Amino acid sequence: MAPTTAAARQAPSDDKRWRQVDVRMRRLGYRPDGLIEVLHTTQEVFGYLDDDALRYVGESLGVPPSTVYGVATFYSHFSLKPQGRHTCVVCTGTACYINGAGQLLEEVGRRLGVAPGGTTADGRISVLKARCLGACSMAPAVVVDGEVHGKVRPDALMAVLGTL
Amino acid sequence: MTPGEDDAPVVPAAGRAPGSAGRVRRHTDPLVPEGPVRVSANVCQAAGCMSMGSDRLFADLKEDVVASGATDVAVRRVGCLGLCSAGPLVEVPEQGRLFEKVGAAGGTSLAELLGSLTGEAPGGREVADDPFFARQVKVVLERSGKVDPEDVEDYVASGGYEALAKAVTMMSPDEVTDEVVRSGLRGRGGAGYPTGLKWRTVAKAPGEGGKYVVCNADEGDPGAFMDRSVLESCPQQVLEGMAIAAYAVGASRGYVYARAEYPLAVKRLQSAIRQAEASGHLGRDILGTRFELHIEVRIGAGAFVCGEETALLASIQGGRGTPRPRPPYPASAGLWGCPTLINNVETFANVPSVISRGSGYLAGTGTERSKGTKVFALTGAVVRTGLIEVPMGLRLRDIVFDIGGGLAPGRRFKAVQTGGPSGGCIPEDLLDMSVDYETLSQAGSIMGSGGMIVMDDTSCMVDVARYFMDFCREESCGKCLPCRVGTQQMYRLLDRMCHGTATMAQLEELEGLAGMVRATSLCGLGQGAPNPVFSTLRYFRDEYLAHVQDHRCPAGVCPMDGTPGAPVPPEGALMAGTGAASTGGAR
Repeated sequence: MAPTTAAARQAPSDDKRWRQVDVRMRRLGYRPDGLIEVLHTTQEVFGYLDDDALRYVGESLGVPPSTVYGVATFYSHFSLKPQGRHTCVVCTGTACYINGAGQLLEEVGRRLGVAPGGTTADGRISVLKARCLGACSMAPAVVVDGEVHGKVRPDALMAVLGTL
Repeated sequence: MTPGEDDAPVVPAAGRAPGSAGRVRRHTDPLVPEGPVRVSANVCQAAGCMSMGSDRLFADLKEDVVASGATDVAVRRVGCLGLCSAGPLVEVPEQGRLFEKVGAAGGTSLAELLGSLTGEAPGGREVADDPFFARQVKVVLERSGKVDPEDVEDYVASGGYEALAKAVTMMSPDEVTDEVVRSGLRGRGGAGYPTGLKWRTVAKAPGEGGKYVVCNADEGDPGAFMDRSVLESCPQQVLEGMAIAAYAVGASRGYVYARAEYPLAVKRLQSAIRQAEASGHLGRDILGTRFELHIEVRIGAGAFVCGEETALLASIQGGRGTPRPRPPYPASAGLWGCPTLINNVETFANVPSVISRGSGYLAGTGTERSKGTKVFALTGAVVRTGLIEVPMGLRLRDIVFDIGGGLAPGRRFKAVQTGGPSGGCIPEDLLDMSVDYETLSQAGSIMGSGGMIVMDDTSCMVDVARYFMDFCREESCGKCLPCRVGTQQMYRLLDRMCHGTATMAQLEELEGLAGMVRATSLCGLGQGAPNPVFSTLRYFRDEYLAHVQDHRCPAGVCPMDGTPGAPVPPEGALMAGTGAASTGGAR
């Protein structure tokens, strides 16, 4: 697909964060094959991808809405709904699994009342599963707000989450 | 980091307070004295040790060394030192000593390390006699733990880019390819296709529209972190391998497709590309020749199937990562329809030594059909876990018991899982087998990318099979029916077994379905998905029978809470409410 239709457009709002998305698109020359890269940037600055964002990125890159939506929903990294203020990512790789990742998810789910992929009712914590963080030597591993915790037991994890 | 004035070494001066003006420029900079270095502390700065606090340790140690007044001690940032279970790790190469769990509870104190560095009292332990290190042969990881992963000059000083220089100035592209063919190097991503033959195919393909080289760094197997460690420890070596490959096949553009889950690896890779361009090893007029190569990083977005080469190409082009039938193979029609060479991280990292030392170097290690070494991520129920590189053909027993240090006291070995969701479980009576492509395949598993997870008697093999099937059904891209529906149905049958509701007829149904999915799926994800089922049925059928006939889980892992023959339990998240894994509380 030739990148002919794409160009700079009016952002959906005057939110300054759109500039970061615009810069990314410009650096990629508004090429349609940069779609995933631009969605990464958009999610980084806004936290998730809403309809306005998907439409704007699609129009700017000359990618039809159906394709943009197809891509955004295909990859598990992209989220179409807002995340909690904090994230708790439980690794469910093989080493973590045989070392009790299941119990961690179960305990967190029970105490916070939220299933994997969900966010607590007060919007405080999102609980997510990761395929494998590659931190297998510290199994089971949990990432809380970007910080890796190794050899985690349920009580220790709840203590960490309690301090957020 | 761009090499240059800004990276001028920090000079510790006796009597000066640490951190005083002009001393420590950036907390990430190494501490290198101006005069001769007597000893250096190599602090591991790969993700494993970093998450145990090695970045803070690195900063603290620099301050302490400066405060001690020592003027002949360097503190360097290095990549993975291998023994991840004992992190944060510090190695003092001049003394041949390793310091474990530095600054952590129950580990080496910072004072002990400092005492050893300043020559007061040697601490830590000898590396040379340790079986974890003694059984390893390092080719891919040759510089891992030795050079600064964020400094191209350090790589060059260690002999880096000599192979590229030799290739582009003294060899024709065909000679480079022939050398790789002769070395016997095979793809390290899992399938083991001869690397040289792949290069030759791409080299011979007509490329009016240009050609591409692609590095597959979408390391998706759960329990595998070889590629992450290589990229975090020595990204330049991978780039050098890619550049040699691009020269051989006639490509001028390249991509590295890396996982979003590996932010540190991505950051170091991007920095490595910028530095290599600045130092003339990438970009235009490489090393003063007409050869050019421009490499971009593309970040995955959490789809296991993108490790499959045609899905990976679709994802690089910005689309959904769904595979397509082959032929045409990417070697003839890949990115934007152009001939494209795709190799794995570890494959590319092998290339520089093949060229600089000659094909015989690699061909002299390993077995007749599996040459060279293989990097494994050794994890699970062994005492010492981490990143290892061993010659092909080493016995599995040596890896588990010598290198891994065996199992924790009171635990009994049950199986080694290799090859991730497309691999299998190898039982105790096969522990003396040789680790190479053919033997692993005969044993019903695969070499895979290098994940090696040891399981003990607290793991249930039916539960493990269900775990991998849950993985595959979630990661199935949905394009072809056998994989999309077959993995789901196999999961439900396995789930019944774990709940104690399955019948013997359903066990037969599982076997039949597994054969159908393997034979009819479009890509490797579906074709390999039944492997964990087949291999556990082959070696651990008694565990299946205990679940189905006796409604009992011998390992005590499965909930077994259903009534035999009852309807399928409601669909739920795999690990919510099923009791899932048991740890036995011993580890």
